[in-house]
Amino acid sequence: MCGIVGLYLKNSELQAQLGSMFQPMLAEMSSRGPDSAGVAIYRNPVDSGQTKFSLAHNDPDFSWETLGTELAATLQCSVSIKTVGTHCILVTDAKEAKVVRWLKNSQSAPDVQAEIRIVGSGHSIEIFKEVGPPEKVYEQFNLGHASGTHMIGHTRMATESAVTTAGSHPFATGADLCLVHNGSLSNHNILRRNMEREGIRFQTENDTEVAGAYLTWKLRSGATLRQALEDGIRELDGFYTFCIGTQNGFAVVRDPIACKHAVLAETDEWVAMATEFRAIANLRGSENAEIWEPEPSTIYIWGEE
Amino acid sequence: MEILDLEKIGVRGVNSTLHDLPQDSRQNFEIQNPQGQHSIACGLDAPLIVEIKGHVGFYCGGMNKFAKITVNGHAGVGLAENMISGNIRVTGNASESAGATAHGGLLVIEGNASSRCGISMKGVDIVVGGSVGHMSGFMAQSGNLVICGDAGEALGDSIYETKIFVRGEVSGLGADCIEKEMTPEHFSKLSELLVSSGLKADPADFRRYGSARKLYNFDIDNADAY
Repeated sequence: MCGIVGLYLKNSELQAQLGSMFQPMLAEMSSRGPDSAGVAIYRNPVDSGQTKFSLAHNDPDFSWETLGTELAATLQCSVSIKTVGTHCILVTDAKEAKVVRWLKNSQSAPDVQAEIRIVGSGHSIEIFKEVGPPEKVYEQFNLGHASGTHMIGHTRMATESAVTTAGSHPFATGADLCLVHNGSLSNHNILRRNMEREGIRFQTENDTEVAGAYLTWKLRSGATLRQALEDGIRELDGFYTFCIGTQNGFAVVRDPIACKHAVLAETDEWVAMATEFRAIANLRGSENAEIWEPEPSTIYIWGEE
Repeated sequence: MEILDLEKIGVRGVNSTLHDLPQDSRQNFEIQNPQGQHSIACGLDAPLIVEIKGHVGFYCGGMNKFAKITVNGHAGVGLAENMISGNIRVTGNASESAGATAHGGLLVIEGNASSRCGISMKGVDIVVGGSVGHMSGFMAQSGNLVICGDAGEALGDSIYETKIFVRGEVSGLGADCIEKEMTPEHFSKLSELLVSSGLKADPADFRRYGSARKLYNFDIDNADAY
């Protein structure tokens, strides 16, 4: 099961309504994935010299302010902290790799439960994921009134691994890229080993993280999003419908067998993707939208080529 | 005509209203605000006339018996699955596995159908105004599948005795599916189906595909394989 949804606004006047438009889409997919939910939102881009991190910690009382003060003092950098539920959005002008290294080293307890998790990084992406019913998760991160340019979400029904936030989608593996997945990959282990040799870091054993990392790796090597996805269709083996976000782009792709449901709808105002049409039915204008099922092995991209 | 507002009474409310009627009821219903919900007008068992205003989700009209159902919009996965008799029409497109395992009746999709249209069909007649996706007619056992547009890859893979008619291009035939002669008998059946579906197409433009019957008959030369 699991449900995936994506919404990309073509009309910038709707940006203030992004969170409220997306809310019923994610809620409608609760029945496909009631165990946990995750959302990526693209909003408030930071300056070119800055990086925005989405961080999570299992302890709701964890002091992000203290962490921010320590980071600023150690790396002699600017740090701003905004706590959102169990997550925090940290913006800094320090080098991304340095921050990542510091975060890893600053953790005294090697206990996974007490770890700070980097759930996303880039210029505009913010990622929030948590266990619990998707509607509750959405409320917890105060996304109902959020504005932004595009959003991607996932509702999970845990069938083969534990209900944890670390294993929840979306997976963000590099600057502003994130991916949600309905399906399963069969060659993720060999791809992970190959990419680890290329210096790509992984946080989980999850197959979906490999798909995200694969695209990040291709983009870093200079490929366009379309080229990366074309290579992905050749090299990723398994069943998948992917919905992908980049800083300015939104893409959907299905494997050659295309047995994982997907529907796309487009109007002059927005593009919406969902596992089932009912998630799109609540959007204003959906009754007159162009609605179609994405073809197998076909790449659909908006905003970025 | 009675109006059923799905937004107000839900799928269960709509379906129980339609199920609670006597078997000879010929009542007319209009279902409003379907909102892409699943299993709308499933398991009907009376010659009702049901018109759905909008897009429906999965399994619409499943197991239908006698009823005439029209969807004014698109339909999701498993449209008219296991239909026994009656008539289901979709004015838009249908998703995967339309008419799967259906035993009888007529299914008309005015737009395109996705992959696996007519998978394991067992006697239903399906007429598609547009094209069908890959693996359509997979293991199709009997009935007719008429495609006015093109057919995707592996058409009629492992087919039994369904007759497939295609007007456009066929991307590729599946295992044991071959082009077959269009006899006067096939021509008249095709003409009859085009008339009942109300779709405008010249039967002379179609080619027929069916089973080479090599896969499902035991061949003594293959005895060593068992």
